[in-house]
Amino acid sequence: MTVPIDAYLVVGAGLFGIGVIGVLVSRNLIILLMSVELMLNAANLALIAFSRALNLMDGHAFVFLVLTIAAAEASVGLAMVITLYRNHDTVNIDRFSILKW
Amino acid sequence: MIDISTAVIDFGLIAPEISLVAAAFIILIIGYTKRLGKFCALTALLGIFVSFYYTLIQYGNPGSGFSGMVTSDDFGVVFRMIFLVTALLTILIAQNYLSLKRLNKPEFYALICFSTMGMMVMANSTDLVVMFLGLEIMSVPLYVMAGFARRNLASNESGIKYFIMGAFASAFLLMGIAFIFGASGTTDLKRIIADLSYLSEFSHFYFYSGIAMILIGFGFKVGVVPFHSWVPDVYQGAPTPITAFFSVGPKAAGFAVLLRVFSFGFAEVEILEPTFWVLAVVTMTVGNVLALRQNNIKRMLAYSSIAHAGYILIALTAGGIEGVSSAVFYLIAYALFNFGAFTVIIMMESRSGGTTEFSELKGLLKVHPYLTSILALFMFALAGFPPTVGFIGKFYIFSAALKNGFIWLTLIGVMNSFISVYYYLRVIKVSCFEDSDSEFAPMSMTPALMFVLFITILGTLGLGIFPDQILEFSKTALFAFL
Repeated sequence: MTVPIDAYLVVGAGLFGIGVIGVLVSRNLIILLMSVELMLNAANLALIAFSRALNLMDGHAFVFLVLTIAAAEASVGLAMVITLYRNHDTVNIDRFSILKW
Repeated sequence: MIDISTAVIDFGLIAPEISLVAAAFIILIIGYTKRLGKFCALTALLGIFVSFYYTLIQYGNPGSGFSGMVTSDDFGVVFRMIFLVTALLTILIAQNYLSLKRLNKPEFYALICFSTMGMMVMANSTDLVVMFLGLEIMSVPLYVMAGFARRNLASNESGIKYFIMGAFASAFLLMGIAFIFGASGTTDLKRIIADLSYLSEFSHFYFYSGIAMILIGFGFKVGVVPFHSWVPDVYQGAPTPITAFFSVGPKAAGFAVLLRVFSFGFAEVEILEPTFWVLAVVTMTVGNVLALRQNNIKRMLAYSSIAHAGYILIALTAGGIEGVSSAVFYLIAYALFNFGAFTVIIMMESRSGGTTEFSELKGLLKVHPYLTSILALFMFALAGFPPTVGFIGKFYIFSAALKNGFIWLTLIGVMNSFISVYYYLRVIKVSCFEDSDSEFAPMSMTPALMFVLFITILGTLGLGIFPDQILEFSKTALFAFL
């Protein structure tokens, strides 16, 4: 028995939703970064599911590019979190309020 | 399926991008060597000139290669030129500022080159995958640049806010692309358009959710109103030359993609027109109203850039050849006078103890009458007074909207221009009619800054009085891919 494409998409949408909620609710920068990564991976899951359902290879190739981009983004993000931690001694975003949000 | 053996590998198509990346790598290699370290800016400028040369060659010779992943047309050429000129001016105005703030590091020039290259990829792509890659190549260096002043708390904050918002938006965009891919089975814009009529009930849902998510993603990137909250913070916190770069380059790149995707790709989708109508009205109004009560010039210009994004959305709503060409013309015009305004602000901020508050301008008229009139010229251009290019740009946008029957939209746009006059003229009022309490610290006017001022004044006035050439240019650019 094969798993229908809808099942993958529901899981993908669920992960994406968790990521969105994480970005909006969380106060910790590290958790924010993780939530963004979760959103990107939810999109990857949807891409692979569609690609498999349509019997195309394009989506699979795209996922590799996205993984590379996600890695680049994560490295820049973590570097920024480290600079912030050095200057502020915290990673709680409520403490970064020199500029009005 | 893509047949690898017939794929055309034509490096001429991506020569402009290759030369910029080459320049960036050379900078990274020589940057920290003792003898060659001081040639970073020169290398970047050289890379930009070579890239400009290769872009110019492509004008009038549309082509496509790499299995349709890379396309070169005149629309892309026009936008590539905007990005390259922006990068050139940014490097020129940054020189003095960076040395004063002890930020003159080689990676700055490399980041500018990488980011500009990403914008060029974006403007040239007709495939959603390449578009996404271009967007990320543009954005990741921008995050670093916003936080470039590592010891400055405001810059740190600006960088991290930009990063979180940008990554959040990219994830939405990617999900949207995945849905469109699922609905139509391809990421090539031309083939998506062709397949649009064959969509089944099932794929309709994915197609429309995909469009909505792509719109949210780009809405964040260009600062359209419900997604604009990061713009003022990022603009205020980032070092000023970088803010100038932000307000022109990425915005133009975002609109290049929006124009390509929504005015040509999904022009048949009917729900988009009312959506853009609402977005344009809300963006203009919120941007202009919030700009009224700012005390920091950079923050004021950030809100004004939101308002200008709203004007360009009017052109997008109008659509058609007039709409798109007026949007392109306005982006060129906006790049010119916005850069000019930022150059004057950099001069003010580079004085000892200089800030970007409005009070900094007090008593400018007595010490520097010429500079005051230059600042006034840019403010009039931003507000859209004749004979500057700001007026012509707005005129073309509004006439494009009227021609397509958007009377209310035009009226709201004109009313918004009137509101904006108040805060632009406040800059002139403070600099002309208020006296400084303390001694006016001397200003640094380097040849590079004067050169940028000269170019921007020439553009603002020249295109304002003789707009025909550029307008024809931006119109012919579109026939190529219609």
